[in-house]
Amino acid sequence: MKIIACIKQVPDSEAKVKAEGGQVSWGDAPLVINPFDEYAVEGALQQKEASGGTVTALCVGGESARDALKHALAMGADDAVLVSDAALNDLDTVGAARVLAAAINKIGGADMVIFGRQTLDNGAGLTPAQTARIIGWPMLGLAGQIKVDGGSVTVERVLEEGRQTVSAKMPVVLSVVQSIGEPRYPSFMGIRKASKATIPVWSLADLSTAAPAPVITRSELMNPPAQEKEVEMITGDSAAEIADKLADKILAEKVL
Amino acid sequence: MKTFVYIDHFKGEVQPASWEAIGLAKKYGTAVAVVFGAGTDEITKAAFEYGADEVIVVDDAALTDYRAEPYASTLSALASSSTPDLILFPTTARTRELAAMSAVDLNTGVLTDITGFEMNGDQVIATRPIYEGKLLEKTVCSGKPVMATIRGRVFPKPAREAGKTGTLTKGDAKTDALSTVQGYSAAESAVNLGDAAVIVSGGRGVSNNPSLTPPAGMDEKQAEIWRAQQGFALITDLATLLGGAVGASRAAVDGGYITYAHQVGQTGKVVTPDLYIACGISGAIQHLVGMRNAKVIVAINKDADAPVFKQARYGVVGDLFQIVPALTEAMKKKMGK
Repeated sequence: MKIIACIKQVPDSEAKVKAEGGQVSWGDAPLVINPFDEYAVEGALQQKEASGGTVTALCVGGESARDALKHALAMGADDAVLVSDAALNDLDTVGAARVLAAAINKIGGADMVIFGRQTLDNGAGLTPAQTARIIGWPMLGLAGQIKVDGGSVTVERVLEEGRQTVSAKMPVVLSVVQSIGEPRYPSFMGIRKASKATIPVWSLADLSTAAPAPVITRSELMNPPAQEKEVEMITGDSAAEIADKLADKILAEKVL
Repeated sequence: MKTFVYIDHFKGEVQPASWEAIGLAKKYGTAVAVVFGAGTDEITKAAFEYGADEVIVVDDAALTDYRAEPYASTLSALASSSTPDLILFPTTARTRELAAMSAVDLNTGVLTDITGFEMNGDQVIATRPIYEGKLLEKTVCSGKPVMATIRGRVFPKPAREAGKTGTLTKGDAKTDALSTVQGYSAAESAVNLGDAAVIVSGGRGVSNNPSLTPPAGMDEKQAEIWRAQQGFALITDLATLLGGAVGASRAAVDGGYITYAHQVGQTGKVVTPDLYIACGISGAIQHLVGMRNAKVIVAINKDADAPVFKQARYGVVGDLFQIVPALTEAMKKKMGK
């Protein structure tokens, strides 16, 4: 089975992200593989273990994104492809989906393309479904469990209301959620292999496509308004006394 | 301005932010509610009562179960023929997919999870949180129609006017489903953090009660989870009394104390309740980002230096196993329950 795991590189979630001069700044914080996409790589590796085949990690990004792909290789992916082109700086989600669709075609298609549910930076969570729509494959989103049987895939979708079992014929596009299982740590051997790997870099010319014109653009970037909250500590001689005072405070807020 | 408002529903339950979207649409012109499914009469009626000027209903057995592909194709076809300026959705797992696909069909884009909406001439400018809420951006969409999913409980919900009606139009279903729904199991307890007015959350501290003796035969990890479940039972009592939902920090979820559906923060959810009570949660940045827009935050923690107190309106340094049940009792009395 041929599996492609789509990943992105983002600032670490511990980073103190700020708006500076209209640009996003994350200081010295490292760029890492999008945490949701680690679950995509984990899901892909689980399917490879269950059915055999290969896992290719695919990323659209700058040169630095090689490190995110190396992380996927160290986890156990067989190979990796970076799509990088100066013309891709202003991609919106549809644009990213178009570039990914072209790259999936150039890879030679797949049985399964797996995404994380969303990225930590933009957080729109649209790209998986948009990629599916562009290549015309079924979208099985928010999968917490994946089972392959013959030519079809059955997933358990984790929705707010409960779990829904949905199946479709391969090839399919999937997005996965945390229930898929904790992403494995890169092994020592994996890290050695990743450090030696040559990652091909494809430009838009290699994909025979032009840079998609962005439909969504940012007009302003802001730091959230400072929250001036002065905490009022509630004290007392017993839990009952504290609870009594706290209950009065809560009721006085008139939020119930 | 003509706005389509997609009414998102599951098993007959409408996502309340759908009504909030009708309110937002009406502020700027005509609200055309769009209802897909099978047996949707009640939903259509409610859409009128919440203020829709028109309802386009596609009631078809082929749309019984939500599937992204036929729902997106049906929406795209309707939007192509009646050319709305804007399509609003409540932000849910389903609408992110549906809007995503329809935007591909209509060659436009989606502004997701918006928390602010303004017009500059005839251009929509939407505010949305990015980088887990660490930043806000204003975004515009150059395609037509503009598509946007709104965050729940941010825009005012219109009052329901019983018996109100309007123009009802029927639309045709597209049947290009690529997947089959095999079954469904409801969440063991309904977790709808996005719509909850009150959330009581537990963190790692919920397992930290050495005075409880777990049943014999448990290993260390089982005993920890057992302790945590006793703690969450106290939290659930308080949440139930206040008509709220139970939330959890990542530490509690990763510890196996409670399911992912309850998680607030980075890899979980961003919530905006009126009252948020954090119990035994120290306050990792991801969790704080997920809850800091609550109107009133109460933090109960043993550690006086816990970062959660920096976001709180009221704080108690103490043992949640004593404070939480005492608070439940006190609230019960004062609320006359």
